[in-house]
Amino acid sequence: MNFGLSDEQGLLQDAIRGFLEGQTPLDSIRKFAADGNGLQASIWQGLIDLGATGVIIPEQFGGSDLGMFDATVIMEAIGRTVAPVPYLSTAVLAPIALLGSGSDAQQQDGLNKISAGDVTFGVGLTEATGVRRDAGLTLTGTKLSGKALFVMDGLKADQLILAVGSDTLVSVSATAAGLTRNRLNVSDKTRGIAEVLLDHVDCELIGAAGSATQTIEKMIDAGRIGLAAESFGAAEILFYRARDYALERNQFERPIGSFQSIKHLCAEMIADLEPCRSLIWYAAYAYDELPEEASLMACHAKANTQEVAKMVARSATEIHGGMGFTDLMGLHYWLKRIELNRQLLGGPEATREAAAKLQGLVA
Amino acid sequence: MDLTFSQEHQDFRKQVQGFLEEHKGTAPNMKAVNGTSSAPTPSVKRWQHILIENGYTARTIPKEYGGYGGEADLIKGLIIQEEFIAADVSTGLTGQGISMLVPTLLELGTEEQKRKWISATIRGDVVWCQGYSEPGAGSDLASLKTKAVIEGDQFVINGQKIWTSSAHFSDMCFILVRTEPDAPKHHGISYLLMPMTTQGIEVRPLVTITGDAMFNEMFLTDVKIGSDQLVGERGKGWMVANATLKHERGMIGNPAQTEANLNALIKLMKAETCDGIRAVDMPVFRDRLMRLQGRLLGLKLHSLRLLSDDLNGKAPDHGGLIVKYSTAYLNHELYSLGVDVMGELGTLYGGDAYQSELDWQKMFLGSFSSIIGGGTAQIQKNVISERGLGMPREPRVTMGAKGWAMM
Repeated sequence: MNFGLSDEQGLLQDAIRGFLEGQTPLDSIRKFAADGNGLQASIWQGLIDLGATGVIIPEQFGGSDLGMFDATVIMEAIGRTVAPVPYLSTAVLAPIALLGSGSDAQQQDGLNKISAGDVTFGVGLTEATGVRRDAGLTLTGTKLSGKALFVMDGLKADQLILAVGSDTLVSVSATAAGLTRNRLNVSDKTRGIAEVLLDHVDCELIGAAGSATQTIEKMIDAGRIGLAAESFGAAEILFYRARDYALERNQFERPIGSFQSIKHLCAEMIADLEPCRSLIWYAAYAYDELPEEASLMACHAKANTQEVAKMVARSATEIHGGMGFTDLMGLHYWLKRIELNRQLLGGPEATREAAAKLQGLVA
Repeated sequence: MDLTFSQEHQDFRKQVQGFLEEHKGTAPNMKAVNGTSSAPTPSVKRWQHILIENGYTARTIPKEYGGYGGEADLIKGLIIQEEFIAADVSTGLTGQGISMLVPTLLELGTEEQKRKWISATIRGDVVWCQGYSEPGAGSDLASLKTKAVIEGDQFVINGQKIWTSSAHFSDMCFILVRTEPDAPKHHGISYLLMPMTTQGIEVRPLVTITGDAMFNEMFLTDVKIGSDQLVGERGKGWMVANATLKHERGMIGNPAQTEANLNALIKLMKAETCDGIRAVDMPVFRDRLMRLQGRLLGLKLHSLRLLSDDLNGKAPDHGGLIVKYSTAYLNHELYSLGVDVMGELGTLYGGDAYQSELDWQKMFLGSFSSIIGGGTAQIQKNVISERGLGMPREPRVTMGAKGWAMM
């Protein structure tokens, strides 16, 4: 038994973390945010070179056929560095869509390109988890119309995969005639989140209409696990920055970290954070090995991690005092990543209700 | 990540399930096994003997001291716990003698002490209480003042202890006393084994918020015990006690038990109604339930991670320090939800006809004891931040002529 990373997964973690940390000094993060694309080409290329885009793709399509657990290790590293990369959509959700419902030709084409880093995907599942305002898509034959909100990584992606209702998946080119995409001005400027408007746009179905319910559910599970891992990584960084700051900042002739008020905040943060790591690992493991447990674990991993990450973000900001509120310290990039993830694919209340449903606790 | 069980462990699980199938009907219920008001009954002792014979309790205690004599196997331990909880069958006695004194004797006792006490204790024939805390020595336990002086071949003990659970029906007490009053406070303490029938011991029950006298005050006046009743060296009792406290922390934080509580809560919420609506059908209650379930899953899997680290020889980190702290609050909130679900009926207590199967009010009240006992949550947070996160101790203060000053 080994509850944790294998030796190979440890090496993967070191390689990805090492690379991303080198690419994301605070000054660079500021530039990425000002640029607002959610896609920094050199970082994305580095991840491709490390084989990160192929971890859940079978070897026959150029991937390394590892699994969701390995993708989760990568998502955590992305959260630690708030790196602007379309990883979740391109390397996790799009492959799941294609593997689950795609035709042989779609798999051959799409998966090989993803492994090789020749395409980026944006994924819109918001309307399958909770419809806001007048959003929603209608499909007539292969013509797609309507509005998709909060398409993840959709702002700069080459290709978009969208859920139509909760049972149909389509793929559209981002440059197709009749398609407009607009930046949604989310507080996390390191992501490219889009509103996509479609007016009789030619699309390609991924599987027959009405046949993709299970695939969409798997995408939502994987998305929730990935977002939880990313938020965990971001929260862990905020926590350690707060602990370190408390040890170097002096007031009343003492490090503020010698005051019990600060020590206890730190103890509360780590006591709540540590179990999230195990919950996320287990959820990812369940996704790979224990499919009957995966959805429930994904719901709890996301809900619990998001509650904890929000608390950690608040406490860590408070420990930094006024500096925590400034761009100079830059903590807000991690806080905003956590804030956006909290809402994507269902906030804590929605995912807890989904967890209750999965156990037959909702009449 | 690999959570598969070996063939040996899969077979072991089947064996445990078979045992439970056979004995489920005759096992005494959980409450009867570990009540805090009386010594084990003959039927509880019989159950304890069956468990030892089959290696489901006292598993790693050597045969010559009355245990099962099995090899240490953390995964088998986990399987036993999971299966017994799933079958709602008691894993046997867990009093302070078994969970704290026995491991201490195994580590630091003399051969004679091991032979004399371990077997009798794990079989429920000798019940122990713990004489640690004093009115002036709680969180700062090492400042204890109860003293023992040597007169001939005897220790003569004088002083007062408090929070001594089970003292009113215990046969023996493992007690900390000051034997070297001039030594620095951590170096003047000894660890003694004291028969509760000795003259000069007065036990006064301390009624708690649960209405029960689960604790006692213990007054000691010229209590004389043999000098061979010392565990470890004279003056080294603090080290001996710390070996014991380590075991206590493990005892109080056990997510597997919390899981059983959560299952009971789900059962309650499916049955209990208000205005004809089941509690589980009320979104606010349901959300609270799911929050607790998420936290519980986190802690349960965290414990599995710790067990796996231990198994794979990884050095312990701050992860082990958080379990007791987090579990205590989780249990408290879980019982609180049980009370709230029942509304006014949730305030009923101690066997009222309108109560549900479990006494949620009493469990809620009792849960304060695990937030406070074995080191309060605040002390736990000091331990987590100092030992786990490398943060400095709070400076000490003293009352000077001009008010409080740092030392």
